[in-house]
Amino acid sequence: MKGTSMSAASAGGEPVPGGTAVEPEPAWRGLPRAVLTLRRLLLVLWMVPLAVAVGLLLGLLAGPAWAAFAALPAGLLLWGWPLLGRNWRSWRYAERADDLLIQRGVLWREETVVPYGRMQLVEVESGPLQRKFGLASLQLHTAAAATDATLPGLDPREAERLRDRLTELGEARSAGL
Amino acid sequence: MNPTDGPPAEAPGAGAVQERRLHPVTPLRRAWAPLAVGAGWAVHDPDGVYRRVTDLAVETLLLGGAGLVLAAALYGFLSWWFTHFAVTGTELRIRTGLLFRRTAHIRLDRLQAVDVNQPLLARVAGVAKLKMDVIGTDSKDELAYLSERDATALRAELLARAAGFAPETARDVGEAPVANLVHVPPKQLALSLLLTGTTWVLLVAALAVPPLLWLATHSIGLLIGTGLPLLGAAGASSVGKFVKQYDWRVGASPDGLRLDHGLLDKEHETVPPGRVQTVRIVEPLLWRRRGWVRVELDVAGSSNSVLVPVAPRELAVSVIARILPGVTVPEPDELSRPPARARWCLPVWWRGHGLAVTDAVFTARRGLLCRTLSLVPHAKVQSVRLTQGPWERRNGVAGLHVETGANTSVAARLRDAAEAELLLQAQADRSRTGRRTARPDRWMAT
Repeated sequence: MKGTSMSAASAGGEPVPGGTAVEPEPAWRGLPRAVLTLRRLLLVLWMVPLAVAVGLLLGLLAGPAWAAFAALPAGLLLWGWPLLGRNWRSWRYAERADDLLIQRGVLWREETVVPYGRMQLVEVESGPLQRKFGLASLQLHTAAAATDATLPGLDPREAERLRDRLTELGEARSAGL
Repeated sequence: MNPTDGPPAEAPGAGAVQERRLHPVTPLRRAWAPLAVGAGWAVHDPDGVYRRVTDLAVETLLLGGAGLVLAAALYGFLSWWFTHFAVTGTELRIRTGLLFRRTAHIRLDRLQAVDVNQPLLARVAGVAKLKMDVIGTDSKDELAYLSERDATALRAELLARAAGFAPETARDVGEAPVANLVHVPPKQLALSLLLTGTTWVLLVAALAVPPLLWLATHSIGLLIGTGLPLLGAAGASSVGKFVKQYDWRVGASPDGLRLDHGLLDKEHETVPPGRVQTVRIVEPLLWRRRGWVRVELDVAGSSNSVLVPVAPRELAVSVIARILPGVTVPEPDELSRPPARARWCLPVWWRGHGLAVTDAVFTARRGLLCRTLSLVPHAKVQSVRLTQGPWERRNGVAGLHVETGANTSVAARLRDAAEAELLLQAQADRSRTGRRTARPDRWMAT
């Protein structure tokens, strides 16, 4: 399932009033647990064969002592497992009256605010593995290429709802360049 | 194909869209392509070319040469013959291509800037290139060449239509009057380039590195391989800049900002009102005693980034007030500095950072030796981002990044973490409301 939709930015559109000076704490949403499962699965799928291959190759070719290097990918696996969990918990997003907030990162924290009126394009994408886990990723593009507003995994229904809502709001508040 | 055979008029009442051709001198420019390929081959592999050429008989050589010239002439003629352009009420349409047809529809209300450029040879021939800067256009979308008169007339027409004048009157509006704002005297420009550190560093490197390499290796290839690029870079950053920025004029007209410059190649750029995304005031160390600054600007889709190559600060500030209405450039002491604990994140240089936010503009300064003050009008902010690394969090600071449509990002680094969080929210609000007071894209439309 792959869908893209354009929000045609009409020239000189009137922004819709209604943004209040004091915003209440927005309703944050996290990512579905399947994102974490998928990422951990990918980690295991990479690290376990790597550890086996390193252990076998070095053990057979260079001697049993060298097989200890297999501990490296294994260590990465053990280290990465909780890190992925922390990273997954750090992701959250909120739809406010006039903009979308995205927060992410544990050590390198990042928070992005994208006003709906600036949105040029909303992209929903879902690869084969993502589809298996019932996920779809959503990306917002503004006229600035540096704007990096991506939600790496959402429930497809939620992704579609968000896409339609963002497109609708983007049209209503369209501001272009 | 009949040359006057255009597509049917699109709307009744709009009048037939008249398709036009480029200036007849254009084939000469296109005719260079096959010759350039031959020359490139000769330069790339001189020995091989010499061997092959001497192997051939004189007749074959002459015949081959004549064939090449003929092919080049035919190619130039055909590519000229099949290139048409037309201005309609909403767009500039360029049709090109003999085998692979290509039609570019450039929307006038998306116009960011119009350039009329004249390379040296084009000046001799009395022709000019016209390019519309719209996001996504490239060198294929320029009209090269038009006669000088046609180019300026077309520019005036395009600007009038983009401004929102009625189609019937757009052609008769004519050139808007220009009020001169800045003229950079050649002496000042030369002095400013002499006071630029990079020129001297490159020159010293070009004079010092190759002899040292020669002493170390005695390899002539290495000598030429390092010496020539270094000399070229030094030349480009001094003489090249002087030639390009000679006679720099900035003018204001109802059509927007006019930038005219060039000693050999003349360039004329027009930036309509409300297209400037970012303005930067750059103060190199050696210019500071004289109070000179360079002003740079970002327009989406435009390749030029210099607004004034060198000018006294007061003059620069007055120019910025003209192009960003309602914006006052904050004085250096009006900027708020990062908290003192930021020194643990960025020793010494933390003092160079500063931030000021007014009703109209987001202003951030960075750099200690070469200071850069960047101004982004709130209406031009596309998105806002807050970043904080582990070491920054330990010291309770964070960075705020503001992204604009010209693919530039302005950062206010090392702000107090709580302040940055507030700034993030406030900036999002300001950039949303800032748009309401901004001028419409069609700036003359009522």
